[in-house]
Amino acid sequence: MSHGEAVEGEVSLGHVVRDGLWDSNVVLVQLLGMCPTMAVTSSATNGLGMGLATMAVLIVANAVIASLRHWVSPTVRIPIFIVLIAGMVTLVDLALNAWLHDLYKVLGIYIALIVANCAVLGRAEAFASRQPVLASAVDGAAMGFGFTLALTVMGGIREVFGSGTLFANAHLLLGSHFAFLEMKLLPESANTLFMILPPGGFLVLGFLIAGRRRLEAWRGSQNAALAVPHGAH
Amino acid sequence: MSIKSKLDEVWFQGASLGVVGLAVTAVLAVVYDLTKEAIAAAGERDTQQSLEQVLPQGFADNQLLKDTVKVTGPDGKPLTVYRARKQGAIKAALFEISGKGYAGPISLVMAIDTRGTVLGVRITHHTETPGLGDKIEVAKNRWILSFDGKSLDQPGPSHWAVKKDGGDFDQFAGATITPRGVVATVKTGLEYFAAHKPELLGEPLAMGASK
Repeated sequence: MSHGEAVEGEVSLGHVVRDGLWDSNVVLVQLLGMCPTMAVTSSATNGLGMGLATMAVLIVANAVIASLRHWVSPTVRIPIFIVLIAGMVTLVDLALNAWLHDLYKVLGIYIALIVANCAVLGRAEAFASRQPVLASAVDGAAMGFGFTLALTVMGGIREVFGSGTLFANAHLLLGSHFAFLEMKLLPESANTLFMILPPGGFLVLGFLIAGRRRLEAWRGSQNAALAVPHGAH
Repeated sequence: MSIKSKLDEVWFQGASLGVVGLAVTAVLAVVYDLTKEAIAAAGERDTQQSLEQVLPQGFADNQLLKDTVKVTGPDGKPLTVYRARKQGAIKAALFEISGKGYAGPISLVMAIDTRGTVLGVRITHHTETPGLGDKIEVAKNRWILSFDGKSLDQPGPSHWAVKKDGGDFDQFAGATITPRGVVATVKTGLEYFAAHKPELLGEPLAMGASK
């Protein structure tokens, strides 16, 4: 993460993508957007839907804020970002309700939660307010995709143990072509209710964060071992 | 450069905030207008679908959404009652009411025929515990169908309770408060229907008795 004023155009897009998906993953590293993360991940489909809606808002919000970055005074930037983000979330809300109503019935109550997702304001502040439009849009897409991945994996784990299914109701979100994703993995008697209640969310998130750090530590030790015989990588 | 020098001036900051606010409001107003009709139509489709669920197939031949009366509901709030007709004759009244569940209000839509018998009940909204209280949804459990064919006389008012309270209706393992709330709400609906039958079914009244 850069500190202070990053110089425009300094970032490489590959680095931006890597950051969003893994190195600075919104959920697993930055621990932002915890409210929607805990609220919607009781199933993989809900996590996926929330992730995709957030990604759409992130891309557009980042691009709009980047295009306005020279006209926004640092003193009033926060209210301006919030007005823009809230406006965009309301647009998504209205458009989904009107034209994708079945999906809206699944996601409707969660859309408004995107405003409260500090990841969106966080990217506006840390990235889009200092970088060109294209890089900012890519950052929004990468951060959004990382968020979507984390939510879908979390939702999937909670759903399998809590409800015994995986991607239940996926056809409502993705259309009937994706009905094959819907699986019944465990009998009802094996369901652990705890997992789809709030404590299950904290538990799974904790394991995911720990697992990611463990993997990073292992990769670090591998790289160190390799670095000795082969020199700099 | 000129922009940069203005960024620190208070009038510019205020004006830019105002312009952004106005622009966002204008865009939202336009989109609201564009989506208004589609959203209203989608809402009507939802209502239609939930109403059709509580009526037996082929029970009515009229447009339920077009045949309504506005009354004051059991909770004192305005209530829209839909009437199901077959060949012009009113056969049933349908309405949505709410009661108290374990974790918040439970809304349900119910259809009652002219003799006061329940034709069907479906939950439209609830916030009950997943895996315990949500067995009131027809997608999860057939329990909600146990109201079909019941009325205040059959099985009788004192039987309108869950078995634990000496009534006729099953509770769920680990969840008694949710079904208790649903049973009480359906009973409230039936009592309301019995007390306001002429109003709800639009039967002729003495002139001036209702507006």
